[in-house]
Amino acid sequence: MSTPNSFKTGPDERGLFGIFGGRFVAETLMPLILDLEREWGAAKPDPAFWEEFNMLARDYVGRPSPLYLAERLTEELGGAKIYFKRDELNHTGAHKINNCLGQILLARRMGKTRIIAETGAGQHGVATATVCALFGLPCTVYMGATDVERQAPNVFRMRLLGAEIVPVTSGSGTLKDAMNEALRDWVTNVEDTFYIIGTAAGPHPYPAMVRDFQSVIGTEAKEQIMEREGRLPDSLVACIGGGSNALGLFHPFLDDTDVRIIGVEAGGLGLDGEDHAASLTGGLPGVLHGNRTYLLQDPDGQIIEGHSISAGLDYPGIGPEHSWLRDIGRVEYVYAKDDEALEAFQLCCRTEGIIPALEPAHALAHVAKIAPELPKDHIMIMNMCGRGDKDIFTVAKHLGFDMSDVMGETTQ
Amino acid sequence: MTTRIDNKFAQLKTEGRAAFVSYIMSGDPDMDTSLAILKGLPSAGADIIELGMCFTDPMADGVAIQLAAQRALKSGQTLPKTLEMVQEFRKDDADTPLILMGYYNPIYIFGVDRFLAAAKAAGVDGLIVVDLPPEEDDELCIPANKVGMNFIRLATPTTDEARLPAVLSNTSGFVYYVSITGITGAASANQKNVEDAVARLKRFTDLPIAVGFGINTPEQVRDIGSVADASVVGSAIVRQIENNLDEAGRPKPGLVDAVLNFTKTLSQGVR
Repeated sequence: MSTPNSFKTGPDERGLFGIFGGRFVAETLMPLILDLEREWGAAKPDPAFWEEFNMLARDYVGRPSPLYLAERLTEELGGAKIYFKRDELNHTGAHKINNCLGQILLARRMGKTRIIAETGAGQHGVATATVCALFGLPCTVYMGATDVERQAPNVFRMRLLGAEIVPVTSGSGTLKDAMNEALRDWVTNVEDTFYIIGTAAGPHPYPAMVRDFQSVIGTEAKEQIMEREGRLPDSLVACIGGGSNALGLFHPFLDDTDVRIIGVEAGGLGLDGEDHAASLTGGLPGVLHGNRTYLLQDPDGQIIEGHSISAGLDYPGIGPEHSWLRDIGRVEYVYAKDDEALEAFQLCCRTEGIIPALEPAHALAHVAKIAPELPKDHIMIMNMCGRGDKDIFTVAKHLGFDMSDVMGETTQ
Repeated sequence: MTTRIDNKFAQLKTEGRAAFVSYIMSGDPDMDTSLAILKGLPSAGADIIELGMCFTDPMADGVAIQLAAQRALKSGQTLPKTLEMVQEFRKDDADTPLILMGYYNPIYIFGVDRFLAAAKAAGVDGLIVVDLPPEEDDELCIPANKVGMNFIRLATPTTDEARLPAVLSNTSGFVYYVSITGITGAASANQKNVEDAVARLKRFTDLPIAVGFGINTPEQVRDIGSVADASVVGSAIVRQIENNLDEAGRPKPGLVDAVLNFTKTLSQGVR
């Protein structure tokens, strides 16, 4: 495959990154997708649009998020100098809000009066419910019934924010089924409804649009590292479910070809069996949810459920731009397993006083693998894309800590 | 190139009536039962048959067809088995047009050229692939046309006149008008709206217009058949299968007859 002059020009007018992406949707949705593309095309060069986005990003979300030198972690690992891009400090606790803010501004611009979203772990649902409260728009969030049970605190958060939560029992009752159900809602309510997709996937223009909203992460990081170190980093590391936090950090650096870029998928229980969510390492190209991309699937083209300890990573697909970046070799894709993420989760709590979400704990697990072998002047930026409050129940369970017996534990 | 679909519509035109199109999911609730239903459909009044290809993520389908796909998958249905069913069906029936309907991924994974060759050899006449709009015609539509397989496109209430020419180009056999904005098995369309929509489509194409989504009763079959060239029923038939399963999901005795009798009643709507 020939190397392009720039890695940042995609997608083409058909929404393709190489062979990936596209617009594989039912005819009912096609006119809407084209409307959205036109509207995004008009908003993107409009300074007024970005003025409002930037104002809210600053005053409401708390941007720019700090770039933090994790000194004790760096010392503990004994190699590369590790910085965290702290998107976990955003309002609502993750990078998701960057994208929701952008999309709701677009929805308002298009005169849409109702918002729908899908959510897995609930972070995107919370972020969507939040911006809907901010703009006074009704919000319906589709969430797999299994996830509703696993993520009760986020369900309650969304309710408090005024969103209606629809538990999805169809299929296997997880994130991909929630996305199917959101698409069914959209097909039914095309006139008034805007679908805020939570990751850099789905039909064109979503992958590019979500990436553009999340690129604020990488753009800030680039400025911040230049200010701190006077040079670009040697490497970037981020976790990948659908891949929006990773693309947000990576995209502004894609043409800085001396920067090594690594995406970390969820390896679950390992890639020998089916219990993982590593679409790029363990999947094949296929078509789902409006785009062609790497998917976990069986030989008949039926989609397989992803598994990960992190509910935000267990999606069987991945954003199409990642599929392209993988095939073209610009980004390395690796995986971290459940137990490695759990280790890293605890390491981060202990050395930095930061409770990370289980998603970036996967990125951190890879950092912990490679940093010790790297020289001390190697500068690495890891995207701390979410905080771990939502995960403490899961982690407690895995560590054998009985949350119902906290008193007994503390008095011992 | 004339196809079975073209011949069928030409024949019905001389009879002066609309076609009744019935949908079932292949492999629902298992391959043998499903094949028995398939073979019985023409004598139950189905002029054209749509045979569903199961997929784990049927994003344009309502609950009835979602569950049918899950039952089929659970019974081990695959795309090659669906093609086997068509081959079996063709042993006794050389005339009834049969259309495969589903989503793109299983076809993509099977391989487009290999799929078209196998489908053609099995006796498939046309394809309806929900997640392939005209923007993705290079994927399957154009290769299908090259081998003489009808590629039947969906037009919807959101398909405006600016878009219609694109939707109608490369389409053949008939045009499938989705009468509502929504999923299969949901709300029913307003008769006047359907009439207007069909008239609008007729201004742009000479192809027959079939109308589906939300048609559940012989009366609806009749009403739609009075303004369009074909009435399509899917979810209502599939629900008959669901209603004739025991607690373990196995077919109760009499399932096949129950489904075919129901289909026969529906088909009276165009007769």
